[in-house]
Amino acid sequence: MTANELIRLSASAMAAKLAAGEITSVELTQAHLDRIADVDHGDRGVNAFLHVNAEEALAVAADVDARRAAGEELHELAGVPIAIKDLIVTKGQPTTAGSKILEGWMSPYDATVIKKIRAARMPMLGKTNLDEFAMGSSTEHSAYGPTRNPWDLDRIPGGSGGGSAAAVAAFEAPFALGTDTGGSIRQPGAVTGTVGVKPTYGAVSRYGAIAMASSLDQIGPVSRTVLDSALLQEVIGGHDPFDSTSLTDPSIGLAAAARLGNVKGMKIGIIKELHGEGYQAGVENRFNESLELLRSAGAEIVEVSCPNFGYALGAYYLIMPSEASSNLAKFDGVRFGMRTLPTEGPLTIERVMGATRAAGFGDEVKRRIILGTYALSAGYYDAYYGSAQKVRTLIQRDFAAAFEQVDVLISPTSPVTAFKLGEKLDDPLAMYLNDVATIPANMAGVPGLTLPGGLADEDGLPVGIQLLAPAREDARLYRVGAVLESLLEAQWGGPILDQAPVLASTATVAEEAN
Amino acid sequence: MSVDTILSFEEAMEKYEPVLGFEVHVELNTKTKMFSSAPNVFGDEPNSNVNEVCLGLPGVLPVVNKKAVESSILIGLALNCKIAPHSTFARKQYFYPDTPKNFQTSQYDDPICYDGWIDIELEDGTVFHVEIERAHMEEDAGKLTHMGGSTGRIQGADYSLVDYNRSGVPLVEIVTKTIEGAGSRAPELAKAYVAAIREIVKNLGVSEAKMEHGNVRCDANVSLRPHGQEKLGTRTETKNVNSLRAVENAVKFEIQRHAAVLDSGVAITQETRHWHEDTKSTTSGRPKSDADDYRYFPEPDLVPIVTTAEWVEELRSRLPEPPAERRKRLQGDWGYTDLEFRDVVNAGLMDEIEETVAAGASAAAARKWWMGEIARRAKLADVDPAALGVSPAVVVEIEKLIASGAINDKLARKVLDGVLEGEGTPAEVVAKRGLAVVSDDGALQTAIDEALAAQPDVAEKIRGGKVQAVGAIVGGVMKVTRGQADAGRVRELILKTLGVEG
Repeated sequence: MTANELIRLSASAMAAKLAAGEITSVELTQAHLDRIADVDHGDRGVNAFLHVNAEEALAVAADVDARRAAGEELHELAGVPIAIKDLIVTKGQPTTAGSKILEGWMSPYDATVIKKIRAARMPMLGKTNLDEFAMGSSTEHSAYGPTRNPWDLDRIPGGSGGGSAAAVAAFEAPFALGTDTGGSIRQPGAVTGTVGVKPTYGAVSRYGAIAMASSLDQIGPVSRTVLDSALLQEVIGGHDPFDSTSLTDPSIGLAAAARLGNVKGMKIGIIKELHGEGYQAGVENRFNESLELLRSAGAEIVEVSCPNFGYALGAYYLIMPSEASSNLAKFDGVRFGMRTLPTEGPLTIERVMGATRAAGFGDEVKRRIILGTYALSAGYYDAYYGSAQKVRTLIQRDFAAAFEQVDVLISPTSPVTAFKLGEKLDDPLAMYLNDVATIPANMAGVPGLTLPGGLADEDGLPVGIQLLAPAREDARLYRVGAVLESLLEAQWGGPILDQAPVLASTATVAEEAN
Repeated sequence: MSVDTILSFEEAMEKYEPVLGFEVHVELNTKTKMFSSAPNVFGDEPNSNVNEVCLGLPGVLPVVNKKAVESSILIGLALNCKIAPHSTFARKQYFYPDTPKNFQTSQYDDPICYDGWIDIELEDGTVFHVEIERAHMEEDAGKLTHMGGSTGRIQGADYSLVDYNRSGVPLVEIVTKTIEGAGSRAPELAKAYVAAIREIVKNLGVSEAKMEHGNVRCDANVSLRPHGQEKLGTRTETKNVNSLRAVENAVKFEIQRHAAVLDSGVAITQETRHWHEDTKSTTSGRPKSDADDYRYFPEPDLVPIVTTAEWVEELRSRLPEPPAERRKRLQGDWGYTDLEFRDVVNAGLMDEIEETVAAGASAAAARKWWMGEIARRAKLADVDPAALGVSPAVVVEIEKLIASGAINDKLARKVLDGVLEGEGTPAEVVAKRGLAVVSDDGALQTAIDEALAAQPDVAEKIRGGKVQAVGAIVGGVMKVTRGQADAGRVRELILKTLGVEG
């Protein structure tokens, strides 16, 4: 098997080949590092990675190979490499959160999910690009340049986790970790033709994920197949005493659910408010196709109404910035990260903090800090933050009522396919609307999964299908998601990414330019 | 720094009625911090007792210290508070380098303890009923040391040092309701209130309770209003009052300063004031209005604290006897006069005397030793009497030696010297130093005969009936025996020798 064939396997297929001794982890890891070197850099590179962790990844791979050779019992995913969204802190690699304010910062501790990745002996390929502090839907708000969509390098890969999604779509990594506050795993998954899951709030420890909005943030898997996400969530999930909001449920049964292979008799609800008007025609078409396939597989499709979802976006844009304004207060140049001195006037700590934050934060981050500070201010709190929390309760009730009627809910993940870089950069409201279908899950803490639903007729770009389940019923997503995935792939004659254009080597281009 | 004019306290009292309020911060003595596993230890190398959580590094999350919650509930129960079945944390937001996250995690809307009271007894026995509004949990800030400049404050400093060892140390903030009707007793009440809180938390074992270490810190709110006026005056909040005496003096000073300001027809500025022990006065801090906007909102990283009735009752069963009741009981048991007992309390020797009595000494003997010889030596050594190195068992043993006639009071002091110099138990010191009373009548008789022979005129006086002259002979005998004789026995033998009835 050539290196190019190797990197196109699913993570579970890679794991099987490692276990069978057909390939080594060093070989597999090197193949991915070569792919990153080939397509990620330069003006027309994907730019999914902010840091490549070659040395450590190869050392972990070699260690896995040695242990396997010695007959040691290893984790199922041992030796399968992974990419990490650069919002998650890692020892030995810089963590920037996509911001200048943290440029070069090295965390002295590992996030809980990183400890689990290390315990499973999965080589970490590096840190992936994101909108600054995960604030955005296009990865254009990264201080380190946008990531490009492997389907069309002039288009956005979604955000905030555009780096993780693009890396997986471009075969630079078999899977990756993302974080999802309002859709940052699922919307990039939708526009890059990959799978992404936002687990139930509390199912995966947030310890070591740089907080944007604590009550909404969740770490989750990014992959090319539903089964791979299930396997990865099993690795990273479970109770963590370092996260008071983490659930006590064990992280098991997800891969088994993905392998179950039937949806007969399941009730699946179309959310009336999350399709139709405002959704691209090609998105609607692929969504309806998926409904037909599920119906043909024996699922019952019904329509449910979640009347308060219409207020979700507005409430989200009060709660999220409020929490973010508080969580980002610590970035002040005093203890860590960048420090900028005022160019004139007295040198007081307040002015150093001000100068640092003025120079270190990008516009979108400043916009949200200002919004949140305003919403929490005395005299406005009740009208803004207080009202938004009430809306949140209404959304939770809508979900509860819907799940009385159905087992899972279904909708398009994003109303549109990937748009052009720069197209919505000056129109924050247009940018925010990309998350209209993903935000309700965060507001209610319920799990959501996106999987590729095909290509839109009008632009040939990937469309995402979103599944939602009740809290702590993540397994249902994997069960239904895997069935729909296999039905769709049977239609396509293989994975959707087989239809993606071949990426030109930017390494060659760069050499020629020299 | 401008010097404030003040009115005499008496004049201030004639014109105005003071209203008080206290916020007392108690640092808990838990092993680890409020929200992290970093050690909670005072006085270590700066920035050594820290980890990523209490430094507020990116990505960290808080976890509530259960022991700190229990200590907070114990304090609430001791202050007759209600314990909230459900209480939450909130973020109090302000940018300051002693607060690593630039917000303090505290309780806001729903404190764990609320609606309590405590009776405060002044020295003359007057009792004031002080109502407690709330006792809530929060985390301490780091400690800033401002370098350069003359005042030690941030204004005028060249730079500041931060020690985050204190950052995240568990605090309980005890807030009173407004205290009215103290009148001229207000400064005294202020001192007594803080003393009572300190005693309670020490008695509960939940705090080291050392004001000099900042374990107990008081912010004293003072306002004045003309007699008969219902509406409260504008208050000031005096910080940095780090001893009981400072609490009393600061309240007194603020009353006098307010009175002078009001008399001049100017309104009081609502602000924090800083107490200066050197000048015994306060200076203006920062303006503080009720509209200070800390943008409080519920802490999303923590789940609510839920207290079950079983848990609270289990904690209640651990409560020690309340200090005021204990004092009443002990004074009754020991039979001390009010004055004697107050001296014991003020000397901080109640625990030692209680232990000494429990170990078998009489209450009178225990007081005699602790308030007398031990306190005197402690003062010379500049340590607390309890820290001098005399255990209750030593006092009991010395008392037994005296009672058996083996030593007398004078020798007993020498025995104490020996014990303090590490020569062993009192009995061992007696043996090693040869301090036993000379009770061999033969040896005494020789000494008496010699003394009588040396002072024939005195002997003659005694024979003539002037029995009180016997003291001179006793003194001579004691000198010869280097104090090791039983003076009573010596007196008996002298009179017997001279054939005189005693």
